[in-house]
Amino acid sequence: MNARDDILRRVRSALDGVSPAVEVPTAPRVRPRDHADLVDLFDERVADYRAVVTRCSSDDLAATVAAALDGARAVVPPGLGLDVAGAVVDDPSTGGHSAAELDAIDAVVTRAAVGIAETGTIVLDHRPDQGRRAISLVPDLHVCIVDASQVVADVPDAIALLDPARPLTWISGPSATSDIELDRVEGVHGPRTLHVVLVG
Amino acid sequence: MSGTFVGMPAFPSAAREALGDTQLRRNLAHATRTIRDKRAQVVGEVEEWEELRLAGAGVKEAALRDLATHLETLEESLTRAGATVHWARDAEEACAIVARVAKSHDVDEVVKVKSMATLEIGLNDHLEREGIAAWETDLAELIVQLGDDLPSHILVPAIHRNRAEIREIFRRRMAAVGRPAPDDLSDDPAALAGAAREHMREKFLRAKVAVSGANFAVADTGTLVVVESEGNGRMCLTLPDVLVSVVGIEKVVATWSELDPLLRLLPRSSTGERMNPYTSTWSGVTPGDGPQEVHVVLLDNGRTRALADEVGRQALRCIRCSACLNVCPVYERVGGHAYGSVYPGPIGAILNPLLRGVEDEQTASLPYASSLCGACFEVCPVRIDIPSVLVEQRAAVVDSHRSDRVPKAEAVAMRAAAWTFSDSRRLRLAERASGLAGRVLGRFSRTTLPGGRAAAGRLPGPAAGWTGARDLPAPPEESFREWWDRTDGGRADGEEGRS
Repeated sequence: MNARDDILRRVRSALDGVSPAVEVPTAPRVRPRDHADLVDLFDERVADYRAVVTRCSSDDLAATVAAALDGARAVVPPGLGLDVAGAVVDDPSTGGHSAAELDAIDAVVTRAAVGIAETGTIVLDHRPDQGRRAISLVPDLHVCIVDASQVVADVPDAIALLDPARPLTWISGPSATSDIELDRVEGVHGPRTLHVVLVG
Repeated sequence: MSGTFVGMPAFPSAAREALGDTQLRRNLAHATRTIRDKRAQVVGEVEEWEELRLAGAGVKEAALRDLATHLETLEESLTRAGATVHWARDAEEACAIVARVAKSHDVDEVVKVKSMATLEIGLNDHLEREGIAAWETDLAELIVQLGDDLPSHILVPAIHRNRAEIREIFRRRMAAVGRPAPDDLSDDPAALAGAAREHMREKFLRAKVAVSGANFAVADTGTLVVVESEGNGRMCLTLPDVLVSVVGIEKVVATWSELDPLLRLLPRSSTGERMNPYTSTWSGVTPGDGPQEVHVVLLDNGRTRALADEVGRQALRCIRCSACLNVCPVYERVGGHAYGSVYPGPIGAILNPLLRGVEDEQTASLPYASSLCGACFEVCPVRIDIPSVLVEQRAAVVDSHRSDRVPKAEAVAMRAAAWTFSDSRRLRLAERASGLAGRVLGRFSRTTLPGGRAAAGRLPGPAAGWTGARDLPAPPEESFREWWDRTDGGRADGEEGRS
């Protein structure tokens, strides 16, 4: 018997006589709040991870992003929809930048798919306004533009909006570790600085 | 370049050695206290935490009870999404599959995301024997690997090391396997993390094949989930051309939306954060983004054995958060190595016997590595009743010795007790003897219990093991039956007023 059939047979025999029906209690939801409060909470919770949060209007977006980059050379996804001075575009149709090329670039500017207020999390689903996973990973500074309208209350709201067929990256603050004496240190392998630009 | 748990002594002797290491005890006490406080704070923020635990336990329990169906669905979804699915009955088969994939790409190294499943199957040693270096990329795993050491915690494998020890390991060992640590490396955690970043980056940039585990596998969408902090996971899951994920069959949840309670429970229970820095999810191959060849190895290695255990089955709900380790008074004092397994602490004390059986002495000692205080059950995000399973596993250990030619002292004592208690004359004789012992002890014992009752200290002979760490209260001078006869059940003179 091959391994697959053998394992499935063992599973069935282990569960012989066990009823598969179990009632799964519904996970509790946070109480609904006013959307403006959610955006404030998102701001506060993202900052709590020692990420930088700047709020601006859509008119000031280009200037705010330029200030966040502070002269750093950036890579941008093809569908960013914003002019970033001196930025190189990562075009997946021509294979995109190699990991080594990305390693030589200081920063990346992307948009996001969803922001989660309760946990201060940004989710990227790597559509053309966010680009391939590699570009938001290798450079050391990630400037991430989140529109206030993209902010939802909690994890279940985000899960309902996201498409699991796409690769997803959930980001809560800069790369960090607690591996040394459980002391949290920001900045290991992912971007050491996360700068969230919250629009609207 | 790694130690092995094979041949570890049973828990009592390993624990005795660990307890003698004051540096280890200091490191552990500091670390577990820190993480306990952080967890308590973020769990306290969630008003309906108990309801969330119920939901999390429900999702995992439902998935386990219909596991065969979900595994078949998972296989279908993964295949549809462009992944290749493999099945492995045991560690040997799983290691062979990973090695075969790596060799088909002519590589002599792979980068690894921290994964309990690959530790459990001893993948690194297997790959090394096949001429492939497996680089651990998680900071704590790197510390363990460079130090030729063993992991001692599920979440923080190097929890037994302090910053000064880590600096020494980096300075002595990094150069031999890649970029050396800077000469002026300090023991500041930020500087140590920086050295790890520099050391690992060249490996990430050149790696062709990565190996991961998965925290969850979603059956209906074929999605794997990796929860991490440092970004080493993202590096491994994104940059190489080929990705092999070794996934225990118990990692399955039925639907995408059922990830919800689990993704809320895990980070708060594990690192004591509202959310961990990075969570990656992927479903097979995404053209033009990330690895273009994706393999998933579905691993049994004892899980179906555990699944067949009516009481122990719930241990398979475990999401490896390690909250039970951090609250355990036994773990806090002896550390992880004494458990002789990659799964230490309370969950390890039930999971190892469930996965492997209690035939060998080391595994059979684990269900006793607990005071049954119940703190582990209280913090478990998926409500595994660890104390109940411990008790049941102790029974399994006793049962496994029923047909021994030379019975254990405990079995002899129990048999003698049964013989005595089953006959009233024998019991009366035993009571007289015990009353006499009580009078002797009452007069001569130098040990007294709180409240003034006399007690026996260390007894000789077979009772030495029991009394070595416990005071045995002196038996009462008069048994209940003697008292009843003497006073006519309390009705005789002088006794009525006392009832």
